[in-house]
Amino acid sequence: MNLKVKHYGNTLKVSVSGELDMKVAERFRQVLDRGLEQHPDSNLLLDLSGVSFIDSSGLGVILGRYKKLIKDGRVMVISGARPVVERILELSGIMKIIGVYPTESDALSQLS
Amino acid sequence: MEFTSVPDNVALARVTVASMAAQSDLTLNDLEEVKVAVSEAVSNAIIHGYETSPDGQINLEINRYEEFLEIVVQDEGKGIEDVQQAMEPTYSSDPERMGLGFVFMQSFMDGLDVKSEPGRGTLVHMLKKLSK
Repeated sequence: MNLKVKHYGNTLKVSVSGELDMKVAERFRQVLDRGLEQHPDSNLLLDLSGVSFIDSSGLGVILGRYKKLIKDGRVMVISGARPVVERILELSGIMKIIGVYPTESDALSQLS
Repeated sequence: MEFTSVPDNVALARVTVASMAAQSDLTLNDLEEVKVAVSEAVSNAIIHGYETSPDGQINLEINRYEEFLEIVVQDEGKGIEDVQQAMEPTYSSDPERMGLGFVFMQSFMDGLDVKSEPGRGTLVHMLKKLSK
């Protein structure tokens, strides 16, 4: 798994690539938490376009961050999920509570 | 095949099953579903069965029959007290996990049977239908 963190305006963008399973879940969580702590007023854009596999370990990290963000009145959106990943997001129920958009610009328009 | 309960082996199990399943008439979607189900079963064995201890043994068996693919994941870990409860969608002993492991196994496979005995371990038996 590779992670790229970028901050601009009031948006923290985290781009993830590779496989999101239990092996990398802890590092994924730590990177997200660190970024969100460093930018306490920012919303989160999670770019999943490079993710080729996700299971409940990866989903758990995403849901956990979402719960933290809504407590602070912040917003989280997901962009670029491949069909195979989007299917898992859908089945997990995450798509009912977190906005999932095909492109980054679609996702960003929801944050502005 | 048998491997130890280290996180690296979750991906190894997925790759092994996928390479075997790819020889069958499975669609790409089916193949992805099998990979998720195996990932969940092996992750459960490591996280819950062996409580993340790397010294446990996990046995993975894959059999390809004419009409279905059979996958068995077995550990000798602490077992599950109440299998029925563990299989409920929102049940999770860890707030960072979603309690979706068994839900995914159930949704993505055509057959799921879980046998567990506290102190003895857990056996997860899954079937995926192959198209003719």
